[in-house]
Amino acid sequence: MTGEATLARLPRRARWSRHGPWLRMAALRASGIIGVLVAWAIVGQFGLVRPFLVPPLPAVVAQLGTDLLSGGFATSAALTLYRALAGFALACAIGIPLGILISRRRLVGWFVTPIVSVGFPTPTLAFLPIFMLWFGVFDLSKIVMTAFSTVFTVIAAADAGTRGVERHLVWSAESLGAGRTAVFFEVMLPAALPQILTGLQVALPLALIVEVASEMLMGGDGLGGRMLQAENYADSVGVYAGIVELAAVGAIAVAGMARLRQRLLRWHAETAAR
Amino acid sequence: MIATAIRYAPLLILAALWEAVTRLGIVPRALLPPLSTVLVALVGMLRDGTLVGNAAQSFMRGAAGLASAIVAGFLLGAGMALRPRFHAVAGPLVQAFYPLPKTALVPLVMIWFGLGDMGKIVLIFLGCLLPVTLSTYNGIRGVDRVLVWSARSLGAAPRALLLEVMLPAALPQILTGLRTATAFAFLLMVASELIIANNGLGYLIGSLGDNGAYPAMYAAIMTVIALGFFADRGFAVLSAYLLRWRG
Repeated sequence: MTGEATLARLPRRARWSRHGPWLRMAALRASGIIGVLVAWAIVGQFGLVRPFLVPPLPAVVAQLGTDLLSGGFATSAALTLYRALAGFALACAIGIPLGILISRRRLVGWFVTPIVSVGFPTPTLAFLPIFMLWFGVFDLSKIVMTAFSTVFTVIAAADAGTRGVERHLVWSAESLGAGRTAVFFEVMLPAALPQILTGLQVALPLALIVEVASEMLMGGDGLGGRMLQAENYADSVGVYAGIVELAAVGAIAVAGMARLRQRLLRWHAETAAR
Repeated sequence: MIATAIRYAPLLILAALWEAVTRLGIVPRALLPPLSTVLVALVGMLRDGTLVGNAAQSFMRGAAGLASAIVAGFLLGAGMALRPRFHAVAGPLVQAFYPLPKTALVPLVMIWFGLGDMGKIVLIFLGCLLPVTLSTYNGIRGVDRVLVWSARSLGAAPRALLLEVMLPAALPQILTGLRTATAFAFLLMVASELIIANNGLGYLIGSLGDNGAYPAMYAAIMTVIALGFFADRGFAVLSAYLLRWRG
């Protein structure tokens, strides 16, 4: 799971400079995306594929422009992000303390560990009909759904993070006279933070994945809900525009988490190396 | 045996709690049917074959999508790690595709392939591709240079270098990616079948819920949980076996 988080953190330019002139590399790097766009434009221009399957690029761009200008994108994105982030925040509020308790209190560990090991690989979206039954079809059930989907990842990361804290750090702090609270807040928590944040970096995209699917299943607008509406009206331009919009929202969320990590780990060797 | 029993005892306690709160009327049965009635429904569905038939459909879709994603993802990741020019072209595409919440592709595969199996297989393929690609890429990039140099100086051909040195050295990280991919395959399978399908476990859950057959719906959900759990356990066993040489 850490693998995905690492690519997002790769120092991009440093790697390329070794391989040749910067300009040639930039051209190569752009060629993939430009190639896809050109192929798309050609397919649309010459009608190689039915426009319903691959709508012309200009139409999709126009749709994106309309969505941006009319505020439709902003409203839908705000709804999707609000529900995904609310669920994610709920998962953190429950998962981080619980994960820490698992590694610190034997009884809690015994009780919660098997539940996490079942919940972690569960395709949690299967619970959606249950949450609809319990909480209705509005925001609450979607928020609970995203929280439930991400909480196991958060618990596992907080557990592994605090468990992996070096004993010597704790012992040194104790021998220097730090009290229990001080040891916890000033030694354990900072030392566990990198791994906890890695877990959150996996959990946030998951929250978006689940939120989008929930909107498709329950309606209630948002980017996912609007995409399924577009699909139902056979509006493939709307579907393609929706994918671009969701990719943008996802990119903002991923970048935001990376920023947060950098901010919170300012003191850490990982940030200094940048 | 006893250790396993103690380890999983909390699940039994939860099950007993479930039965108790519903039998005592603390939680209304309309919201949560008692566990015993769910189990009765489970046995009934096992007997009449609905569960096995739909599970087989889901399994076929998941396995086809995941297997093709593993092959393509490995090739893509290895290519990106070993060929800088290829990385230069493919890297930005991967970076652009990475943050897309993959359930956003459900309407797209519906447009392309309709309601049948193909759309779901393609969705699972696309969703599982990047976890495999990125873990392969990071795994191979992280291989100790000394290992590669030694093998090369001992006369290993490029093919042998990849299969006998780099692949084993990168295997731990690749397996982590495969575990993520397996979980994604289950998630996307259920999501796409819930949103639109004529069969499969996700469809079964959705249609039972729509008909108000809640004990059967809970039974189908428990089946999905069990399948996900045993797939994950099986995967852990397989990983331990593949990495046994690490000691």
